[in-house]
Amino acid sequence: MAAGTPEAEDDRTITLEAFADTIIPGEKRSPGDRSVAGAAPDGGAVAAGAIELLETSATGLTDGLDNFAGDLDAHARAYADQHALVLDDSLPPFAALPFTDRTALVRALTAPGHPEKVFWVMLSLFCNMAYDSAAHLHTADAIAAGHPGLTAMGFAVPDADGLWRFTEHSYGRKLADLHPDTTPSGSPA
Amino acid sequence: MTTPESTDVLVVGSGFGGAITAYHLAAGGAKVTILERGPWLSGTDFDHDFLLGSSYTRAFDFVVGDGMSVLGGNCVGGGSVVYFAALPRAPGFVFERRGSIGRRMWPAAISRDTLDPWYDRIAEAMPVRTQDWDDVTYAGGLWAAACNHSGRTANPVPNGVDNDKCVNCNWMMSGCRFDAKRSLLFNYLPAALAHGARIRPLHEVQRLERTDDGGYRVHYNVVHDEDYRLQSGSGAIDAKIVVLAAGAGATPVILQRSEPTLGAMPHAVGRYFSGNGERLNTAVLDEERVRDVLGLSRGADLAYEANQIGKGPCVANWDRLDGSLPEYSRYSLEQLYFPPGLGTILAQVPGATTPSWFGVDKKEMLRRWRSWLIIFTMIEDDNEGVFGPPPPTGNANRISQQMLGHGPLSYHPTANTQRAWAESDADVKDILERDGLAKVAPWTNDLVGAYTVHPLASCRIGDDPSTSALDDRHELRGHPGVFVTDGSAVPGALTVNPAMTIAALAERAVPGIVRAARERGVDVVYGAPSPDGQTSGRRATLPLASDLLRR
Repeated sequence: MAAGTPEAEDDRTITLEAFADTIIPGEKRSPGDRSVAGAAPDGGAVAAGAIELLETSATGLTDGLDNFAGDLDAHARAYADQHALVLDDSLPPFAALPFTDRTALVRALTAPGHPEKVFWVMLSLFCNMAYDSAAHLHTADAIAAGHPGLTAMGFAVPDADGLWRFTEHSYGRKLADLHPDTTPSGSPA
Repeated sequence: MTTPESTDVLVVGSGFGGAITAYHLAAGGAKVTILERGPWLSGTDFDHDFLLGSSYTRAFDFVVGDGMSVLGGNCVGGGSVVYFAALPRAPGFVFERRGSIGRRMWPAAISRDTLDPWYDRIAEAMPVRTQDWDDVTYAGGLWAAACNHSGRTANPVPNGVDNDKCVNCNWMMSGCRFDAKRSLLFNYLPAALAHGARIRPLHEVQRLERTDDGGYRVHYNVVHDEDYRLQSGSGAIDAKIVVLAAGAGATPVILQRSEPTLGAMPHAVGRYFSGNGERLNTAVLDEERVRDVLGLSRGADLAYEANQIGKGPCVANWDRLDGSLPEYSRYSLEQLYFPPGLGTILAQVPGATTPSWFGVDKKEMLRRWRSWLIIFTMIEDDNEGVFGPPPPTGNANRISQQMLGHGPLSYHPTANTQRAWAESDADVKDILERDGLAKVAPWTNDLVGAYTVHPLASCRIGDDPSTSALDDRHELRGHPGVFVTDGSAVPGALTVNPAMTIAALAERAVPGIVRAARERGVDVVYGAPSPDGQTSGRRATLPLASDLLRR
């Protein structure tokens, strides 16, 4: 299949979604969802917008996404051979791996000493950012739209002007003794 | 060929090391030009937004190395714009450290006592304030209460926050939208501008060369204002004096790249890097235990759930800042807020036996994010960082449009550093897991290495030419007229947040720079007051400055 055809792009998306779903797992978007393994309740990195973020050119990863997906599938094929797993060939190899094996493979690729570690860590970083900070969206918009990551984390809703302010912020009482050597400037001696 | 522009003093970087020296030199009559790699942002430029391209990514530089990643400021005002404004002074024993070299690391001329008058100048200029318990956030209060419960002390950390303006939004790392954080944008930089200094943002210095008249030619690239991977021009400026203050992750890289045209660098340029011994632990609090064991409540049935609320670090445990303890066993444990996006991925699930920075359990941990308490440890590390060959431009091969790049720093923690981290981890666990308050785990170093927001010592002062790049007046050995005044000049880890010490050292370096400038024919005098005109700090340092002006 030539890179750039719709089928290749679909396969690429499925593979990258399966990777993102391994970093922050989520529930299946539909019964037929094959990239999201359904290993955890509620939306994960995919529902949070991992693919949208990876396809944002500001990340610097966009041009490499074909290679990321291709290399990941090659690693998945090798992993399957090594573990005598028979993969469903209607799916790209990484997505065809069971969730526990996807996890084991990502663990191996990101372990200290792996020659490609830096690339897989980078891909993981942005998948995680899609979930924990929605870096492809204005934060206030993401929260208003019920972004799965920020919502699950309980990130507070901003004021009407899109800025955060917390009026109540302190227990307002002394909660420990100061170090006896504290200087008048408030610093350690 | 066009003649390059010229200036008396060229300052590279506009953080503490650059802004403070630029102010004094401009106020003293020198023509000062500041080249700053990042954009010039203020007020409403500071977004409450994690979107790529907001101030959160514009004003930062995150450089991944081999075993160490460095987060630093990248804007006019440097680290002061994105810092948490914690401004403690370094404890006295720090200046007596021997570190890896078997002799005192700091110059004989500098101790806590001799630096205190310079600290006072910074305290006056910023200004720095002690904090009351009313100022301490829920997270800081929780940490204090937990320290107290385990028989320890806890201190509100002096800082540079105007509490009348602060809304405890915890967006400090994006720059302060409410002008509550006392960055250099409010004191030294406007004062420098008022005295005629010029700041050029998005000018990234690449290298220095010597000119025939004994001065220096400074070569820069102009960085694209949105996509920092692109350059939109280049140029050079001649100067009689160069002050390098590009940050400890960039200053040594500029000097290394300059070696072919400037001549051999001192051995210590790009060596002895310290990450200030930094490390993070995440505690996930049991809210019921917080209420029952510590007696804390913030109303509406809430005991804590306040990770998001605050202004960075407010309370630190300093019980281990004890000079009678052996080196590498002294550290502070400081409550901190770390926003999502910049490090949450490194938090590990407490109790996990396999890598747990991702996956089902990590997602569950994120669901408890409001009940997180992050503890920032600053130990004494071993200055084990070394910079490899410089990248083609800047201090990193940039990956993303902004912020993210790969740099040449390698850092392999020694047994001393690892033992200190293990000891401090155990201490945090002892405090926070006591009576079921929380579950705690350190951040992983396996992904991007150790992680520092306070890079230090990569071009340090000292008395021994073989282990220090600068003399005790911050002049680069073998290259008269080049001074280094940023965090790279600090000899080693400080066990506390370093901004105050970097700033005090920069104040102390000014008389020596003035003297060198005068010797090079610059009509400049020393003796400016605090940026807002106060004079009590100046009175106390003038006798010390006289000595530095004479040497």
